[in-house]
Order: sequence, then structure tokens, then C-alpha cells
Amino acid sequence: MVRAAQRKYYGKALAKLAERPDIVVLDADLGDSTRTSEFAAAAKDRFIQIGIAEQNMMGVAAGLAASGKTVFASTFAVFATGRCWEQIRQAIAYPRLNVKVVATHCGISVGGDGASHQALEDIAIMRALPNMTVLSPADANETYEATIAIAEYNGPCYMRMGRADFPIITPEGVKFTIGKATVLHEGNDITLIGTGQMVVSCMEAANILEEAGISAEVINMSTIKPLDTETVLRSVSKTKCVVTAEEHSIIGGLGSAVAECLSENGPMPMERVGVKDSFGESGDPSELMKKYGLTTDDVVAAAERLIERKGRK
Amino acid sequence: MTEMVHMGTANGLDAKELKRMADKIRMHVIEMTFEAGSGHPGGSLSAAELFSVLYFKVLRHDPEDPEWPGRDKFVLSKGHVAPALYAALAESGYFPVEELLTLRKLGSRLQGHPARGKLPGIEVSTGSLGQGLSMACGLSLAAKLDKKDTRVYCLMGDGELQSGQNWEAMMLASHYKLNNLTIFVDRNRLQIMGKTEDTLSIEPLEAKLKAFGFRTMTIDGHNVKQIIKACERTSSSPTAVIMNTVKGKGVSFMENNPDFHGRSCKPDERDRALKEIKERSSW
Repeated sequence: MVRAAQRKYYGKALAKLAERPDIVVLDADLGDSTRTSEFAAAAKDRFIQIGIAEQNMMGVAAGLAASGKTVFASTFAVFATGRCWEQIRQAIAYPRLNVKVVATHCGISVGGDGASHQALEDIAIMRALPNMTVLSPADANETYEATIAIAEYNGPCYMRMGRADFPIITPEGVKFTIGKATVLHEGNDITLIGTGQMVVSCMEAANILEEAGISAEVINMSTIKPLDTETVLRSVSKTKCVVTAEEHSIIGGLGSAVAECLSENGPMPMERVGVKDSFGESGDPSELMKKYGLTTDDVVAAAERLIERKGRK
Repeated sequence: MTEMVHMGTANGLDAKELKRMADKIRMHVIEMTFEAGSGHPGGSLSAAELFSVLYFKVLRHDPEDPEWPGRDKFVLSKGHVAPALYAALAESGYFPVEELLTLRKLGSRLQGHPARGKLPGIEVSTGSLGQGLSMACGLSLAAKLDKKDTRVYCLMGDGELQSGQNWEAMMLASHYKLNNLTIFVDRNRLQIMGKTEDTLSIEPLEAKLKAFGFRTMTIDGHNVKQIIKACERTSSSPTAVIMNTVKGKGVSFMENNPDFHGRSCKPDERDRALKEIKERSSW
């Protein structure tokens, strides 16, 4: 499978968007890592270096947006959301300003940098903000299209992506629709809902389950908020059970969003694959994914437990 | 000239009228916060002259056309003194003066702290201290990018300078030579828990602002002529004006009384306050 880093395609999309004079990109001294440097190369005047000062970055973003600019503010997810959550709340989300907080280095696959740099709570805290749209594209192609889509959308957005090269599973050039999930594989026995790089694990898990005679439906939930409840409910009306998978804490993320939806529409057996309320640590990404229960095998195991629970009823 | 048409009819009061307008703002503040049963009259009174000078002399704005692209921009970083800002906006003609008494009430456009999109004339949402200057820098940067001569003014509390984000913003303002930006520090020396210098000292303030790349000056924040002069710009750097003020200024029993930072007048206090101001300014 072809692999690519999401941030690389984010940079490509920004370079394309540089032709729009209203777009301004802010950096907190990580532009080479987040690839906003691609925009700087294309539109130097509209690339503003803020320095290592994320709180100020969000306020400056608000002021620029209040002047009619479409603003992208990027850094690592821990700093883009946690360091300046209240600035995003007051200055951007409350007045519904047109700022895109786009973060790289999400999740445990950040690897060697360890827990200080592994954002596992960002979906939870951004999802709680009124007016905020939250995206978590599955791969590089989808990241490119999502970047174009949020630039066209007028309002605050948060988009997360990983650091490493992930397999490309979505086709090139498919227009991204905010709030619309994609059914990647149809099935009848269980619904696997993934976001970010865990979508690949859901696809792989579906293949393994199929060999065991279990028909799994796979959904790519690349918009966490607003959640595509219609697609979720349509799927579970067939399958009656759900596994969610995310490179994020099981508290407040995709699993929580889906659980909220299911609880309000007739509860059913569910399992959440994600980090079990803990911080990460340093290590090789694949070792970490294994240790923290974020592999294809973990999705398969959760699915099997659910099928058994469903059968017992 | 189109710009002249848009200067706003309220602009251009003389010093005496500006002083009187400051007192009008004070009366509104007393009545609004009394009616609301809460709010921050102390800091609103200390900044009354600044609001008068900005909205009736210095700012290029048009209350009939709040979104006029040629307007100057004002950011109230110390958002808790929204009553004084609202009074200045209403007296300028942005909305009916009668609406001032809806402050803090359900359904009102006059939120407890300024909220962009709710009320005409509010550029950004403030109230969480320490954030306004960053937003003002964003407004200044946008004007620079668009090659517009917009001027941006930001009123800050002295207590809020304890917040680190301000200093991040100051570094940015001087790095990008935002000479279209002027900040006013309402140096009334009091915050909720008492004196700023007992709470967490911010002195030597002017030296700090200078070290962060600002052209600085210290003025009497109740002297309208000094405020007008401070707004004249001749610098390549951003400007910081320390306004020495008295919290609760203009009402004898409220002056320098930290009690009135965050509480409104009782009925008898309101009557005494209004009487005192009225007698002085013949409103």
C-alpha cells in the first residue's frame, strides 16, 4: 500500500490555496514539521511567524479573521488545542470567526517524543466547543481535500492529523464534504467506525472478520463534529453493534460521540478501541500502537467480543 | 471626499464637551450597572475620559455604518468595563440610548462582556483578561497586509498585564513594527484583591513596555487634552500610553474604593452618585 504523511498533503493543499488572497497562515515555529512552510514558499507575505506563543497565535488569528481573512493556524496538536484552548474558545469559537486550527502530531504514533507531545485529548476538548467543526481525515488524499473544504467553509474548524506516513486508502481528487461519513465496506453483522489512521485498521479487521464468517461494515468518520448520525444509525439498524477506533483517548473522542448518538437512539452493544485513559510514552510508533491497544488485532478482538455479546442476548 | 462623509457626525467635540461627555458616560455606567444589579463600575469610571476622546474625537468611525471599511478599530481588552464602551457607542448613535438599561439581561445585545456579532461596533469578543492585545495585533496586521491606514486602539487594564499572553503580543507588535497600534493602560492601580503592586507588582511598567519595543508615554488619564495628544502618532513603533487614573473617578465615595471593582451601587448610592455628577456637569 502506498504510504504518505498527511501533513505533506496539508502543505500541498495550502500551497494551492495560496492563490486566494484572503488566506493567511500562522506558524508557531514548527512550519517545517507542519508543512505550512509550503505556503510560506508560495505566499511569503501572508505567512506570519508568531514564534513559540500559541496563545497569542490564536488571538492574532481572531483579529485577522475579524478583518476578513481566512486564517490557518498550525502547530502540534498538544499546543494547538491544550495550550490555548481558552483563547480558541473566547477569541474564535464564541464569535464564530473564520479560523482553521490545523494540528499535526496527533496520537501515540508521534513515537519517540513521548507523552508530552502525544495529543490524546484534542478531539474531546475541541468537540466540546460550540460553533467548532472537528475533522480527522483518514489519509493524505483525504487530508488534501479536507483542507480545501475547510478553506471554503466559513467558520471555526479544528483538523487533526498524524505525524507518520500512513497508508493511502481513499482515492485522489474526491471532494470532501464536511459532516459526511463514508461507508468504505458494506456488511451486516457489525459496524466498525474508524477515524484517522485507525480507518485502515478497521478495513484490515473487516477482512480478517470476513474470513471468520463475520460481515463487517466499515465507516470512515472523518468529521467528528457534526457527527454523521444518519450514516451511523442506518448502519446499526442492520448490524446492531458497533466498534469505534481512534488514536485518541476513549474519553470524549469518536467513541464518546458515537456512544452519545447510540444512547439517544436505542442503546446497543458497543466497544471503544482507543487509549484507555492514560498518557503515552516514548517508543517506536508500531510498538506503541501495540502496547496501547490500537492495532488491527485490537479491533478484531473487540468485534468478536461484541458478536458474542449480541449472540447471547 | 467619501472619507469625510464617513467621519461620523459625533466626532469633533472640543475639550470642554469631551469632559462633559465623559461624565455622561459615567452617569450611564452608574444607571446601567444599578439596573443590572451587577457589573464593574469602578474601572468603567476610570476610563470614561478615554472613551469620550476616542468615540467623539479620535476614531474615524460611522455609527450609521458600523462595518465601514475605512473605520479605525477599538479593542476593549479589559472587557469587564463594557458598560462604559456601550455608553460611548449608544451616545455615538450605534443603537438607542434606552437600550443601555438592558445590560446583562436575558435576550439583550449588551452582554456582560463585549461580544462580536451581538452588538454593532464590537470588533472582537473580549472579557477573558489578557487576550485583547493579541486580537488587536491581528487587526493591525490585517491592515498592514491590506495596505490600509486603519488605526487600532486597545484599552488594557493594569491588573491584566499580569497575564503572560500580553507580553507575547507585545513582542509580536514590535517585531512587526505595528505602528498603527496604540495601547492604553488604565493605570488605576487596583484589582479585585487590592492594589496591583501588592497582588503581583507590574512596575516598573514604562521601562517594561519600552523594553518590549513600544514608544511609551505616561499621561493623566482624566485629562482629555493629554489623551488627544497621546493619540497623535509619529512613530515607527507601536505606542503604549500609561494613563494614570483613579478607579471610580468622578464619584467621591467610589474613588479608589476596590469595593466598586465588581459591584454596582445600592439605591441610595446611585442617587448620590448621579446627583454629584449632574451638579458638576449640568446634565
